[in-house]
Amino acid sequence: MVTTLGETTLARARRVARSVPDPELPMLTIADLGILREVAIAGTRVVVSVTPTFSGCPAIAEIRADLAGRLAAAGFADVEVRTVLSPPWTSDFISPEGRRKLTEAGIAPPRSRSEVAAGPVPLTLTAAGPRLECPVCGSADTVRTAAFGGTACKDLYRCRACFEPFEHVKEI
Amino acid sequence: MGFDTAYEAISEESDSGHRWAFGTGFTDPLAGVDTAVPAGIDGADLAAYCLMLGDDALILSHRLQQWLARAPELEEETALANIALDLLGQARLLLTRAGRADGSDRTEDDYAFDRTEREFRNVRMAEVTDVDFAGLIARLLVFSTWRLALLGRLRESADPVLAAVAAQGVNELTYHRDYAAGWTIRLGDGTDYSRQRMQAGLAAVAPLAAELFVPSAVEQRLAGVAVNPEDLRPEWDAVLAQVLAAAGLDWPEAGWPEAAGGSGGSSPRGGTVGKAGRDGVHTEAMGYLLAELQSVARALPEATW
Repeated sequence: MVTTLGETTLARARRVARSVPDPELPMLTIADLGILREVAIAGTRVVVSVTPTFSGCPAIAEIRADLAGRLAAAGFADVEVRTVLSPPWTSDFISPEGRRKLTEAGIAPPRSRSEVAAGPVPLTLTAAGPRLECPVCGSADTVRTAAFGGTACKDLYRCRACFEPFEHVKEI
Repeated sequence: MGFDTAYEAISEESDSGHRWAFGTGFTDPLAGVDTAVPAGIDGADLAAYCLMLGDDALILSHRLQQWLARAPELEEETALANIALDLLGQARLLLTRAGRADGSDRTEDDYAFDRTEREFRNVRMAEVTDVDFAGLIARLLVFSTWRLALLGRLRESADPVLAAVAAQGVNELTYHRDYAAGWTIRLGDGTDYSRQRMQAGLAAVAPLAAELFVPSAVEQRLAGVAVNPEDLRPEWDAVLAQVLAAAGLDWPEAGWPEAAGGSGGSSPRGGTVGKAGRDGVHTEAMGYLLAELQSVARALPEATW
């Protein structure tokens, strides 16, 4: 437990907000996932800005509630959670710490996205998906089995060396 | 916090942050976003445009949801559900934006559940039914290629909310289009029978493609805010040609959208006296879709969940 001696109100609010787990990737906090944009104090109110991972992300309602609940338990009665749409979240916002935690949990982290050009989005016609390192055995002999997984942010892979199926957070 | 019955939980009034089930207690998807209409933009036109793009997403999302428990494989079902969820998310943002832009403060639910068929502004391609999985894939390929081209340009919109919704949507549509293109190639380049079904799917969707590129009066008035759909043709043509060539398929004879002219050309599935989805004139399929989409909300008008 981090000592709270001498901690400013803002630092405390920030620490509590940063500890909120993502409901769909509970091994990550919302800070690891990069969706916590800002924590600010306005008078007696804590204003937390979060950004959804996907337009239809159903977890955002859970995150809002969890933020308000944890901050209330820490003594912040007046909490406002704001949605920030711009710039949109991309998988590049996942912190190095977040990537380490994903791998530990058997989920392949996203690779860095190639620089997104302003013009038309090029078509990708390869069904196999990018080659990833298996989070279980480390082999690079992996293949994508489905482009959409159990949550919007993941797809499904299989390792051809150790035969384990695993999830991968998409580059988006 | 505990409740004896689900009803007690669902009918609880206070916003304590605890809900009776995951995903309930949806809040305003634009909470905290500055939704002021920038100077020089007509709020009513902006709202009408948001409804067009929002209705496209809402109605196709509903059609995709109807595939759940009917898709050929579990992986495809998961894919279709994910695509439906992305589109529903875009619809929620756009319908909410519409209610803020025209000052009416109507909510996403007001728009989704309380409008009649003639008030919906989606293109008819979003609402039709699919004969089979190949038909769905053909529609998804044509629609997502078009919408990705549209949202790509909308990132430069003079309305910052539309620009932000578009920027997020581009990432999502990229996956939708790749998915549809992958299956088009798999079926088109598969057996004789799968090729025949895929070609039939294209034939079914082709007459509805012309409407995608006809600008409405609202889009013409909103230069700089809206995208002129006429500008989307080169990108759409190039992507379709690339996918169809890889799949060994042909775009149906005489089925290329006309460069100019009425909303639906002379096809029997064309628009009615020059009017189509953007004018609120829909196909027979639309009434059945709305009857299902709105049935619970109309039976229990004050219910919340």
